[in-house]
Parts: sequence; C-alpha cells; structure tokens
Amino acid sequence: MNHRPPRLEGQDGLRIPAGCAISAFINKDGTRTSGDVIRKSIAVMHERSNGLGGGFAGYGIYPEYKDYFAFHVFYMSTKAKDECEDYLERNYDIINLSKIPTRKHKNITDAPLIWRYFVLPLPTKLDACQKTADEFVAHAVMYINTNIDGAYLFSSGKDMGVFKAVGFPEDVGEFYQLENYAGYAWTAHGRYPTNTPGWWGGAHPFAMLDYSVVHNGEISSYDANRRFIEMFGYDCTLQTDTEVITYIFDYLCRHEGLTLREAASVVAAPFWEVIGKTYDYRKREEWEFLRRAYSSLLITGPFSIILGYSGGLMALNDRLKLRSMVVGERGDTVYIASEECAIRAISPQLDKLWSPDGGEPVIVTINN
Amino acid sequence: MIHDYIYPEFEVARDYDKCVVCRACERQCANEAHVYKEKYDKMTCINENCVNCHRCVTICPTHALKIVRSGDTYKRNANWQNWIINELVRQAGSGAALLSSMGTPEPYPVYWDKLLINASQVTNPSIDPLREPMEVRMRLGATPGTKPQRGADGRLKTQLPPSLNLSVPIMFSAMSYGSISYNAHSSLAQAAQQLGIYYNTGEGGLHRDFEQYGGNTIVQVASGRFGVHQGYLDMGAAIEIKMGQGAKPGIGGHLPGKKIVEDISRTRMIPEGTDAISPAPHHDIYSIEDLRQLVYSLKEATRYTKPVIVKIAAVHNIAAIASGIARSGADIIAIDGFRGGTGAAPTRIRNSVGIPIELALAAVDSRLREEGIRHRVGLVAGGSIRNSADVVKAIALGADAVYIATGALLALGCHLCRSCHSGKCNWGIATQRPDLVKRLNPEIGAQRLVNLVTAWEREIKEMMGGMGINAIEALRGNRAMLRGVGLNETELNILGVKHAGA
Repeated sequence: MNHRPPRLEGQDGLRIPAGCAISAFINKDGTRTSGDVIRKSIAVMHERSNGLGGGFAGYGIYPEYKDYFAFHVFYMSTKAKDECEDYLERNYDIINLSKIPTRKHKNITDAPLIWRYFVLPLPTKLDACQKTADEFVAHAVMYINTNIDGAYLFSSGKDMGVFKAVGFPEDVGEFYQLENYAGYAWTAHGRYPTNTPGWWGGAHPFAMLDYSVVHNGEISSYDANRRFIEMFGYDCTLQTDTEVITYIFDYLCRHEGLTLREAASVVAAPFWEVIGKTYDYRKREEWEFLRRAYSSLLITGPFSIILGYSGGLMALNDRLKLRSMVVGERGDTVYIASEECAIRAISPQLDKLWSPDGGEPVIVTINN
Repeated sequence: MIHDYIYPEFEVARDYDKCVVCRACERQCANEAHVYKEKYDKMTCINENCVNCHRCVTICPTHALKIVRSGDTYKRNANWQNWIINELVRQAGSGAALLSSMGTPEPYPVYWDKLLINASQVTNPSIDPLREPMEVRMRLGATPGTKPQRGADGRLKTQLPPSLNLSVPIMFSAMSYGSISYNAHSSLAQAAQQLGIYYNTGEGGLHRDFEQYGGNTIVQVASGRFGVHQGYLDMGAAIEIKMGQGAKPGIGGHLPGKKIVEDISRTRMIPEGTDAISPAPHHDIYSIEDLRQLVYSLKEATRYTKPVIVKIAAVHNIAAIASGIARSGADIIAIDGFRGGTGAAPTRIRNSVGIPIELALAAVDSRLREEGIRHRVGLVAGGSIRNSADVVKAIALGADAVYIATGALLALGCHLCRSCHSGKCNWGIATQRPDLVKRLNPEIGAQRLVNLVTAWEREIKEMMGGMGINAIEALRGNRAMLRGVGLNETELNILGVKHAGA
C-alpha cells in the first residue's frame, strides 16, 4: 500500500509554499501542562490552516526516559520498518520500542505505521566513528530519511517529541491523544500548503535532535540558505522552509557554538544601516562579524518561527515583520502565537501582551 | 598577379542636401575616412578607412551622416562566409596572425538571455524598495570556515580576513593605463570613489595622479609585473593576481612601443618606446603551489591587510582550477568569461578559446559547494555583464559581485567598433594620442559611470523587491530564483536551474 501521493515535497526538487498558524507556550517554573491545552489554542486559528498538515512538539514529555533519544518514525510499509529497525539495532541500544498510541479519527486517514524508540548510540559505534552522541544521531536522521525508502524519522531529541499528520491540527491532537502527555513547553502548527496532496512528513514541526521549528511564512532566501547548509552534511530532502530553518539553527548553535541570540542575529541580521549607527562598538563588531561570517544564512521574506529546544523557546520574526506574531505573559507562563485569540483561548487574562519587533528574538527559558 | 583588394565593410553615407561642409567630421576622424575636396568644396569619404566608430555620426551638426554595411558579397555560402574568406585573404597577403579588439562578436549562445528571474505572487509579498530598506551592500572576501572563537569574557572574537566593502556588487574590471587613456582611467577612478566601489588598474601600474583614489583601487599584479612596487601594493584596497583574461586565455599581452610614451613609461617602470610584453604564464608560477607562494608573498608584503584576488580566464577545467585557487590562500576568485573585452588579442584566440561565463560561474560555484569551501572565498564574475538583469542572474547563479568593463567603456562613449588595437580611438578611450585623449572629459565620464551604476542599482533593487528579497546575500546562489528557457538538459544541469514551467 502506498501512502505517498505521486509527487512528494522534495521529490524532483518539488517545493511547495505554505501559509500557516503557529502557537506555543512555556511554563518557566517547569510545571508540566497537558497537550490538550495547546490543542485548544491552535484550534482557534482553524481558518489559518487548510487541513493539509498539523502538528505539535512537546518538551519534558518523557521524564522516565529523559536520558534517551526518542525516535518517532513513520513507516510506509513493514519492509521499511524491518529495514530501519535493522539499522537501529546495529547502531543503537534500544531500551524501549512501541507503536505511538493513536485513536481512530474520522478526519485523519491514510495513517502510516507510527513507531517510537528510546535509544542510545552503542558506545563501540561511537568510539569507532569519533563522533559525539548528538552528531551520531544527526547522522542517523539524515541516513534513514535519505536511504531507507518508506521510513521517515521525524523526531529525534531527548525528553521531547513531535506529533504530526495530514489534517487540521485540532484533529491531529486528538488523533495522537495529546491529553495523555504533559510537558513544560508545547508548540503547535496548522498548515496551509498551496498544493493538494500534502504528506505526513511535510507537516510541522520539523525537528532535529531537540530543536524543533514551527514556522509561518515563505522565505525568499530558501535556495541560498539550502545550498549553504548542504555544504555541512545536511540534506534538505523535503525542500521546505521549516526543514532548512531547523538545520540552520542546528548548525549555528550545535556546530558553530553560537548562542540563540547570536544565531537570531544571523538569520534576521540587523540592517547595515543599523549596524553602522550602533554606538556600542562591541555590539557593532559582533553584528558585523555574524553578518559577514554567515552571510548565506540570512533569511529574507516573511517568517515567524518558534524554535523549541531543551529548556526553552525562541520566537523570531523576519526583519520587516511581514508575518503576525504576538507574545503574552501570565504568571510564569509565556505564550506565543500568530494571533492573540489563540493565546486568549487558553489564558483569557494576561499580565502582558506585545508584538515583538521584526528581527527581535524573544527567548524564554525555564528556571532551574 | 593576385589582387587582394577587399571591398570595405562599411560605407559612409552622406546626405549632401544636409551637409554644410563644416568639416567637423574630417577633423574628428582619426582614421581619416573623411576628406575635403577643395576643388568642388565638397566632403567625400574613404570608406576603406572607416571603422564604424560612429564619432562622425554623433558629432555631425546637421545629422548628414550615417554608416551602412556595404552590400558587397561573395557568392552565398553558409560555410565560407564573407568574413572567413576576407580574413583568409588578408593572411595570405601578410603572413600575419590576425588581431582583434573587445569581446568576440561571434554568435555563441548568451545564457543570460536564456535565464528568467522569479517574482512573488500571493504566497509571499514583494517588497517595495521605495518604502522598505533594500540592501545591496556586499562584503567581498573570504571567511575562515572555522568555528568562531570566544575570549575569556565569553564574547565572540570578531576578527575576519580583510574584505572589500561594495555599496553595490559591481566593480570596474581591469583595464591598464596604456591600453586605455589617462582620462578614461581618471573617469573610472573618480566614479569608483563616488559610488563606493572599486576600479582596477590592470597591469599597467598606478599613475601618481590616481594614488588619491587608492581606497577604491584594486592594484593588479600580472605576468609582466609592470609598475609593481611596495608603494603600489600598499596603495590599493586589494591586490589582484592576473592569471588569465577571458578574451585571450593562455596568452600574455603586448603593448607596442609606440604607446609607451613618457607618462606610461614612468607608470609601468619601463623605458620609453620599448614594447611592454606580458608573458603568457607568470614565470614564477608553473603550478598551483607556486601561485600559493605568490599569494602569500603579496600578503606578507602588505601585512595581511588586503584581500588577494586571483583572476582567471574561464576555460574547460575551470571548476577544478578554481577549487585549487580557493585552497591557495586567495580571498577572492575572479572569473573572466570568453566574451570579455580586450585592447588587443589574436582573433583566432578571442573567437575560439574559453567558455561562457554563465557556465563557468555555475560550475565553479557548484564545485566549491560540493567541496564545502564556497564560503571560504569570494567569487566575482566578469566577461560581458551587459545590464542589471545580467548582474541579478550572475549573483543568483552564485557570484558575490560582478566585474564590468565593456559596459563601462560604452558609458564613456565607446561604440564597440573593436579597433582599440589601432590606437586611434576617436572617443579618447583606447588611445594615447593627446588630441584624442582630451576628447574625453574625466568629470563628465565619471558622472556617466555613476549614472550607469546608479541606474543598475535601482533596477537590481526593483528585481530583488519583486522576488521578496531585501538583502543581496539572500540572492547569492539562490538558483531557485532562476528558470531556463530553451535550454537542454545538460545546460540546465550545469547551470543548476530548472526549466521554465518546472
């Protein structure tokens, strides 16, 4: 049985633009909230999606396995599953594996097999290839998604997980029984792709290790960004903005050791005019350095993104703020969404509500 | 007896009803195509002397003149065309190699014209450059390609290799003082300074009067090493090692002794009246490791304060050559396509050697990316960039900036008569004859160059805005913004673009 439509995103270089809705929240005190809350938030922005992709990322959802990489994999066939599991067994210590629980849903059809594995790289394999565990896993993601036909590894971080499907996000949340998960941070996405088919892998969030990205926009710098990032071992198979944005943050933060704030100054670099007028010479030099050293990672065109990572969220708009995004605060919880209604739906009373400037990152971390 | 007479290619057509016998054409034509017949008080023409430079056409106060292609022809033959026969006859008579100027006029494919640019519709907004910031500033140079370091305070160490700071990604490419006139050089230098870009000395050294423009000057070190000294290297904003030229890959240069007049002799540091011969290879560079030594010699000499450019002609194996250069310490690679101009080149070489810049640029950019070193070197494309759309396409294919020269000369009055090698340029550009040089006013020349680049800059911003791109970096290598028309699979693969509609 073939679940994939005839021409997939990424296949033959097919690139599909999409408009979207995004929503997220984080409890700074680390309290874990049910996934049903974020489902309610994104459901309000129903009109911003068209039923061709929805998804969620939860952080802190696997406390009992928090030291293990949680792999979420779509299989289009049992053959792909066998092949992938064979690969995993050869390279990883698999301490738990199971089907991801789902419920039957009238609006979610053509589901692939969806499996979850908690794993650690085999120490002997790690030694042999002289990689860190993160690098080893990043390589596995690339390997499986490029080489094992019919297998798609879409979540690979620790103590976090991505749940996504073709459908409206509120239906996707019900399908995955999100009410049974609790996390300190959640992100959500409703997709409005311009093509008809859409497939499960193309839904957001897009994740790499513990980085996950939900994104609303269409970046005009895509091919410049892609061709740069592909020099460093990343393979943009999906040809989506979200994929390349995730890799950019993974590259800048993990590979190059930049802070999130510095990485934000790369992708939404201050205008040269602003840099030139900045009095603080250290700031000026730093901005100029980042803009020059990573000039091909500047992202242009409209975008609002929420980047999830272990212990925090970052929200970022393009330099001109061509996409809406608001931030609200209530007690220890910070909310971010495309529209205010998505925040009010789950937190009617807010202490603070504002619209961040273009290019100005909003970074929220949990206190510990 | 074999007669070698060849009927002239052009005829001067004079409207005698309009001609007022002011004799301006006669005075202005250095080729002496116009003659006054005193007996009849009439102007007449020697068509054999006309090079079709259009000087007389543009200055004639009554617009009585036009130049027409002569209808003379041999029996129609698709293989043995007129010009092929004529060139052969000339060689049979003279025993000499043929000489030509400027870029090849042969009908090779111009890939720029088969590439189309994208624009935003619905899914993302186009950006109006009149309302929103639109950045075309380009920092041209190398980045280290190593993980950034932090100081003890945790702050990033912000040192980067030296770079050029271009207000718009266009530079004037190398034309030596000698091949072009003092006033042409003066125009280029002034314009580069006013525009915040760079011009290039070529291999003829830097005239003392132009040292004041050093901050906007690229000083060239070519195989003849004319005019190269410590002060020269220190004067420039960047140093360019000329390995080759698109119009004549594989050969050197020859400026005849009669052009080595006093000023040029001093600037080039060679005796007056001697031929200035640039050898085909640099005699200290016989392989890539030798190039590395020259690159680092120049960097040592200038204390690592200036980027070093290596300029090469686009030839068959260009991708591998460029990859070698990128690893040789060069900060910037300049590629010159085979349609690029020249002050003089053997005709057969100009018309038959090298490859188009579009394919060379795409191949080099792709190769450098495959090898993961594209960011470690700047890439400049030259060799017939004709308008702002060519600039946008070159950058989308992968260039950081472009070099223009023929376009700049056209702005200064050149009409592409391709007779530079005669030294009798009626426009005061490719000549050292004082009476001709003074026809080019450097202030006006500079203004026209500023106009040209400013106009292109506006158009580039409009096209970028249409694509929804507001920084030139995001256009660089952004091949998804290009589509091909009428190109075959191989061409599309090399260019790395899809066909229109795909």
